[in-house]
Amino acid sequence: MESGFDYHIVFHSIPFLAKGMWLTLVLTFLGICGGLVFGTLLALCRLGKYRVLAFVAATYVNFFRSMPLILVIFWFYFLIPLVVGAEVGAFQSVLIAFIMFEAAYYCEIMRAGIQSVKLGQVHAGEALGLTYKQNMQFVVLPQAFRNMIPILISQAIVLFQDTALVYVVGLSDFLYSAEIIANSENRLMEMYITVAIVYFAICLYAQIKVRNLQKRFSHE
Amino acid sequence: MKWGYLRIGMILSVLLLLTGCAGDFRYNWQWEILACTSEDIEAGCIGPYLIWILEGLGWTIAVASAAWVIAFSLGSVIGILRTLTEPILWVVPGIKSPIYFRFGPIGTTKGQILIDLGWFLHGFANLYVTIFRNVPLLVQLFLWYFVFPEIISDEAGMWLKRGMPLPEFWTAVVCMGLYTASRVAEQVRAGIDSISKGQSYAAMAVGLTPVQVYRYVLLPVAFRIIIPPLTSDFLGVFKNSSLALTIGVLELTAMTRQIEEYSYAGFEAFTAATVLYILVTAIVMWGMGIVERRARIPGMISLEAK
Repeated sequence: MESGFDYHIVFHSIPFLAKGMWLTLVLTFLGICGGLVFGTLLALCRLGKYRVLAFVAATYVNFFRSMPLILVIFWFYFLIPLVVGAEVGAFQSVLIAFIMFEAAYYCEIMRAGIQSVKLGQVHAGEALGLTYKQNMQFVVLPQAFRNMIPILISQAIVLFQDTALVYVVGLSDFLYSAEIIANSENRLMEMYITVAIVYFAICLYAQIKVRNLQKRFSHE
Repeated sequence: MKWGYLRIGMILSVLLLLTGCAGDFRYNWQWEILACTSEDIEAGCIGPYLIWILEGLGWTIAVASAAWVIAFSLGSVIGILRTLTEPILWVVPGIKSPIYFRFGPIGTTKGQILIDLGWFLHGFANLYVTIFRNVPLLVQLFLWYFVFPEIISDEAGMWLKRGMPLPEFWTAVVCMGLYTASRVAEQVRAGIDSISKGQSYAAMAVGLTPVQVYRYVLLPVAFRIIIPPLTSDFLGVFKNSSLALTIGVLELTAMTRQIEEYSYAGFEAFTAATVLYILVTAIVMWGMGIVERRARIPGMISLEAK
């Protein structure tokens, strides 16, 4: 490798890297939305009165929490085509893997969130004659989400960093795009340092936002 | 977690097999492929896959344990540094300042120049945690493996790439260790911060030095409080060690991938790996549960609630 830091290669590859970053962001966004919805349902199952559902949800959560994400990605990468019976793109199978995996973590966050809502609120809702669904929808879950916003965003940052793992199935996200350029131009150092700085800047910005939110929450 | 991990693993394996037998998901399970030895080559297997898997498990445990040694020792130091709030003043010998000034950690009193070492230590620890927590682990791994040997001197770089025994393994260990240290540091800091200020004031009032306050009062309690989060950090590095496959360490996940490529018996290998990951997690949780109960301070509510 030639010595010296070549800035030009970084500037020239910005359009290509931006495409990769777009995929990373889309994957993160869809992963958060799917994981949050599925995770909330799991949390409701875990806290609900049906013992079987609670057991299944708890098993699901413990199962995914003791597996490495790469193995989950491999599982779904090979499993989904078999279940569907047709070839599906790497993006779809990786997205499903992320949603299933993150749901286990979001379930634990939402469970803590639901438990942080005062019991009096639930009783008050019941006293007003709300059904279980209405009570959850209008009383408990809005407060649970609000209480958990800082932790939910922290988990979103973790998910954003985890999306770099789609590298193992060759999906061209931000890191993999950089890797393609790094290998074709033989400029590993420049590309990897650029990738690290961009990830660092985005995560740091999000983390500062979380810290401000937490401060605001603790004042209230 | 009170659920029996073993029981859950067994139930899931059975469920997996049932879904494999019935429904849309049709897969021809061939468990005998995993069990074959190197003598059964004509039976359609290329290698002793079961032994590969166990070897992979060995590497996974080796990476995780070695990284944990780094993570725990470095993380504890950095976590303690992050809790330092009092200035540690150092008098610069020999130099007298004619004017009074104060600039950040450097200032003067009675003509002597003082430097607040605590400011630098605290700043270093904060910077460390910020950097290592905000870059994805995979990117860090690539930086250590591909970039780091290039930016240091040529001989040292060559030694890192060629001369050192097991370069991929040790790179993975150092990378995972330094990354996990930032997580351990956060737990240690949270543990120390959760002890009421009265404890350290009382210790100082008795006449202990700052080092003694940490050694005899704060740390023994803090480390007991953070046993559960430290356990999950260890399990985190155990799971994260699978990332080492990207730089060529043949750990458990890499081995299953290799078996998939050699024999197309991917699901058997994945299932075996999954069961092993769950098994090790269960054993660690069980062991740490015992440690936590043994180390419990009688009457401390925060320990009993968790």
